[in-house]
Amino acid sequence: MSIRQATKAFLSPAANPFPDGVTVPVKGRSLWMDARTRFLRNKAATGSLLVLVLLAAFAFLGDTISPWDNETIDWGMLGQVHVVGGPSLETGHWFGVDETGRDLFARTAQGTRISLAVGFVGAAVAVVIGTIYGAVSGYVGGRVDDVMMRIVDVLIAVPYMFVLILMMVVFERSVIMLFVGVGLISWLDMARIVRGQTLSLKNREFVEAAIATGVRSPMIIARHIVPNLLGIVVVYATLLVPQMILFESFVSFLGLGVQEPLTSLGALIAQGAGQMRNDVPWMLGFPLAAFVALLFALFFVGDGLRDALDPKDR
Amino acid sequence: MTAFVVRRLLIAIPTILFLIVLTFTLMELAPGSPFDSERGVPQYVLDNLEAKYGLDRPAWQRLGLYVWNLATDFDFGPSFTYRDRTVNDVIAQGFPITLTYGLLSGLVAMAVGIPLGITAAIKHNTWLDTLAVGFSIGASVLPNFVMAPILVLVFTLWLGWLPGGGWNGGQWNYLILPVVALATSYMASIARLTRSSMLEVLNAPFIRTARAKGLPMRRVILRHALKPAMLPVISYLGPTFAFLLTGSVLIDMFFSTGGIGQFFVAAALGRDYAIIMGVTVLYGVIVVALNLLVDLLYAWIDPKIRYG
Repeated sequence: MSIRQATKAFLSPAANPFPDGVTVPVKGRSLWMDARTRFLRNKAATGSLLVLVLLAAFAFLGDTISPWDNETIDWGMLGQVHVVGGPSLETGHWFGVDETGRDLFARTAQGTRISLAVGFVGAAVAVVIGTIYGAVSGYVGGRVDDVMMRIVDVLIAVPYMFVLILMMVVFERSVIMLFVGVGLISWLDMARIVRGQTLSLKNREFVEAAIATGVRSPMIIARHIVPNLLGIVVVYATLLVPQMILFESFVSFLGLGVQEPLTSLGALIAQGAGQMRNDVPWMLGFPLAAFVALLFALFFVGDGLRDALDPKDR
Repeated sequence: MTAFVVRRLLIAIPTILFLIVLTFTLMELAPGSPFDSERGVPQYVLDNLEAKYGLDRPAWQRLGLYVWNLATDFDFGPSFTYRDRTVNDVIAQGFPITLTYGLLSGLVAMAVGIPLGITAAIKHNTWLDTLAVGFSIGASVLPNFVMAPILVLVFTLWLGWLPGGGWNGGQWNYLILPVVALATSYMASIARLTRSSMLEVLNAPFIRTARAKGLPMRRVILRHALKPAMLPVISYLGPTFAFLLTGSVLIDMFFSTGGIGQFFVAAALGRDYAIIMGVTVLYGVIVVALNLLVDLLYAWIDPKIRYG
């Protein structure tokens, strides 16, 4: 059958199973649905998402499953940790114990929780403050834009690791302080990216139409600019999470992070590394594995989201 | 060009001032005096100490003095815990060490990362590409504080080939582990960046033209593709060196190399604000200066940049 014949057959009234006047409803596909299909087709990304869900379950439910919590010392282990402190099902220390006899499973779960929380807070601050700052700066433009972006230029050049360490020293070393430190830096890059996108959006026809119909600037930003930025904001926020986790773990590794009995993956890796010479491989192994798995999963999910939401990128 | 330099300086100077004011304010907020101690020191001794370190003056005067001394003499003032040494002494002792392996790490990261990225781009979609991409993804989840323990575990404890710490005057075998631990993740970033920008350039029309003229691939890459492909890599150099400086704190501590980082962590744990502030400001100045340098380099290489 030639193409012309096929077209004719398709267009002939006989081919239409519906009676006259009824048109076949075509279901619209939103950009988000397209993105979801693309994401689900990406095996590395979906696999990583599963790993991420498992890690989150481990972080938030680990404490309740385990017979031990993260600060109780198993006195029976003390002094012979390297002999009997290894991972075992009988003692209930599934990941073994640390050098002071505390359960490593519960501690790793708690450390993973801190890492996830830091990553989430960083991303949330970036999404809220970074998006608003960038959108306002880009949309308003002119002198306001100049001043707002110079401020970001100045802030971005500050070596924050050192400032955060100073903050942790001056004030108490707490989770809140970590959140403040992470919140201070995470929005800067986002603001720049969002501003760039806003600049290319603000001269489009739909914005012009909104201005012509008398919509005020704050409303235009909220209703027309921000929704169109969401794709890039989501992608960048996901990619920001591992960066923030790295940042926090670095500080914790130096022993300047959260205070005992709370711990974090960085602090656990540091402790395990300090015990390397004592033939207790589980102390380094489990926290390290949890950390690497977390970062791997986040990178692949972020990459998958970028391919799904920003396909023109490659 | 002059206007461009001036404008960049106009951002650089406020940045440094902001950093100084920020760290100074944080120090002011710190509770207690550096001379608080368990033993009851007589008040007149405390007064004398405070007068010696200038702590009896109002904060704004001390801030002004700090900035003035820094700007005129590059003087960071005395340390609070090392009674006989100034912050400058500490920096003079530790910085050459940090600089040595920091620069080496930067060189290694570029020397391995750039060729790896270029090879992966040229051999796009072959096993070599897959290998390079796999390596760079793997290495990017291995930051310095993960690499350092793993390297020591393998090369010091298991194989016994290399020393797991110390400096020993910068002897080559003491350098290897710190340099590799610091360089790996930046090497991965550079490789990935080089690969993607090279792929983009290789798809550009001017490369097709060069190929169509019958130029051999080797010449096309060296003469035409390399320069534009290096631009994103160059703009990444500024952040890389900033990260290397930060990472050196951890390397100094983990490998006990005796660099600045070791003093910094000790100062942070012992609340020696003068050293913390001195190191923070020093690194801030270095980062700002390097970023300026990279911007200038970029403007010089890329003819498309307008510095009006």
